[in-house]
Amino acid sequence: MLRTTLTAAAALSLAAGAVHAQDSELSGTLTIFSDMSNPAPRAVMEDMAARFGEMHPDLEIELTIIDREAYKTQIRNFLTANPPDVANWYAANRMAPYVDAGLFEDVSDLWAEPEIADNLASTKGALTLDGKQWGVPYTYYQWGVYYREDIYEELGLEEPQDWETFKSNCQTMLDSGVKCFTVGTKFLWTAAGWFDYLNMRTNGYDFHMQLTQGEVEWTDERVRQTFANWRELIDMGAFIDNHQSYSWQEALPFMVNGEAAAYLMGNFAVAPMREAGLSDDQLDFYQFPAINPDVELAEDAPTDTFHIPSGAENKEAAREFLRFVVSAENQTQINSGDGLGQLPVNSQSSVDDDEMLNQGFEMLSSNAPGGIAQFFDRDAPAEMASVAMEGFQEFMVFPDNLEDILGRLEQARQRIY
Amino acid sequence: MTTATLPDTHADEGGPGWIRRNRMTLAPLLFLLPGAIFFIAYVILPILQSFQISFFRWDGLGEPEFVGLANYQELSTDRAFEVSLWNNLKWLVLYLLAIPGGLFIALFLNQTVAGIRIYKSLFFFPFVISQVVVGLVFTWFYDPTFGLLNTLLEGIGISPINVLGDPTLATYGVIIAGLWPQIAYCMILYLTGLNAVDPEQIEAARLDGAKGLRMLWHVILPQLRPATFIAFVVTIIGALRSFDLISIMTNGGPFGSTRVLSFYMFEKALSEYGFRMGYGAAIAVVLFLIMLVFIAYFLWSMWRQERGH
Repeated sequence: MLRTTLTAAAALSLAAGAVHAQDSELSGTLTIFSDMSNPAPRAVMEDMAARFGEMHPDLEIELTIIDREAYKTQIRNFLTANPPDVANWYAANRMAPYVDAGLFEDVSDLWAEPEIADNLASTKGALTLDGKQWGVPYTYYQWGVYYREDIYEELGLEEPQDWETFKSNCQTMLDSGVKCFTVGTKFLWTAAGWFDYLNMRTNGYDFHMQLTQGEVEWTDERVRQTFANWRELIDMGAFIDNHQSYSWQEALPFMVNGEAAAYLMGNFAVAPMREAGLSDDQLDFYQFPAINPDVELAEDAPTDTFHIPSGAENKEAAREFLRFVVSAENQTQINSGDGLGQLPVNSQSSVDDDEMLNQGFEMLSSNAPGGIAQFFDRDAPAEMASVAMEGFQEFMVFPDNLEDILGRLEQARQRIY
Repeated sequence: MTTATLPDTHADEGGPGWIRRNRMTLAPLLFLLPGAIFFIAYVILPILQSFQISFFRWDGLGEPEFVGLANYQELSTDRAFEVSLWNNLKWLVLYLLAIPGGLFIALFLNQTVAGIRIYKSLFFFPFVISQVVVGLVFTWFYDPTFGLLNTLLEGIGISPINVLGDPTLATYGVIIAGLWPQIAYCMILYLTGLNAVDPEQIEAARLDGAKGLRMLWHVILPQLRPATFIAFVVTIIGALRSFDLISIMTNGGPFGSTRVLSFYMFEKALSEYGFRMGYGAAIAVVLFLIMLVFIAYFLWSMWRQERGH
């Protein structure tokens, strides 16, 4: 299907050559702390460090890979006590505590370079706080509805283009004894994926951003409309029962066994579904359909990033590493199916020939005019996210508690912002 | 300094007179010193620091901002905190069931038949495995779709229940999982206690016609008092640190209904979405005050025992 061709392979090698020329001057030690601890990302990170080391023979690279969950708390300690030269993190509001505390280096100078400015424009907003850029992206992935193609075909259903079809499809599935969606809300954030999409489709990207940034009241009529749409699905019984007891992985078997037909998820869910035996004929992807035709489609695409701590010692080498990370060639390589299996951010990169990745790439690059959000818990401040996501879970189990939940969220909003 | 505590072989050249005169006081103080230093640095000071931090608003990175009692005021209106407090109470009360449970099994196993050691170790087994494993086993046991519990319930015609997904049942579900290893622990304490029961007293009681419950209540139990005391202490402590099971089985959910104070404190101060150090510290202070009640009681009863001897 659609596959971005390298516009000019020559330009690429030229750029790579230019990088090579500057390099030999780099020396000293470059310490990298990374959270890419799962097997595939770990191999990618180690490979990136090795390749960068080959380009800079005089530079000694010390790579420390920390467990991804532990990293989220450890970063606070090492940024203040023992800052590396390069560190992983996430885009958008998740950077705010470190930017506000002056722990991340301003890398706006990198973003002024045409190589980066032109090719990474799509995520510039996500890496901008206070009008400056604080890091560079290395990968992102799409969210959307992954569904059982065979079940849809059996019931004569098409990928829905609008909200009415979305619901009528669902009713058909329910009538034949299949749940429309699997979801596991034990760890809360999966419910936030539903909220993100319903709110962006009901009220649009800009409203969603205002809400996550605390500028709109949670008791606003427009927010209620989002929940009313959500409630239609809940009242139909669209979601699997007892979803509050499952993690997102534990919710997968329902889809694999055909008890539920679709999953609103990030692209990382594809790998375990394939491993569980779903073939490409059984599995497909569609963009969450429009609800309110007046708002432009916007998508969730969480972006993972590299940053330079402001206490870094070898900032020159660190900047060079960031340039290396974002280069089209490197992003193509690390995001390939053998690597991360995700989408490169650099628009000059090519996407691995994978059914899901191709659809995701096409959707994000040409069918998300509203904007690209990072995901609820990265767009909203952490504290607001935790209170809100708990409310979403409660709403999905007891939709009648909505008044109480919204009141609580509004109270939290007034305190937090 | 240390030479002064050694046997004094050179009486004339020994240390200054003051050290020699106070040797009997100094030696124990010196031996206590390392322990005391660590105890102060790692226990007393952090407690005081928690008190201090609880008066600030602090994200752990920037400058702390003094807010007085604002954190405590917020606690008093925080429903999640109220739920955690109640859950702590449920844990404290229901966890104590482990003591009679352990006693019952210990009495049952306290006999001499072939292979009794194997039975005893089988009963002790749940305490040996990690709490994390206990949590996982019970999560699967309770699983609403595939779990053994619901398969059994279905077998006798009762509709399935989602124990850990129902906010009214979830805490009890976790407590039952916690009781399983705790009963085994209390059982071991009582088994050792039963070994020390004086057979002559039992003989004498029997001659006086005591049997069954009367024998248990008036003769055996009083002799098991030290074991009961220890079982009580470890069970109370176990109930107050019921963190791992909650984290594994429900992660505080559904919608915060299984949180206890220690878990809520962790969530607010140290988890991915937390880093409200001041608020977390305020929760820690409340938890500490609750513990203090028990600590004071334990210290008081130990002091009373020692004085009695």
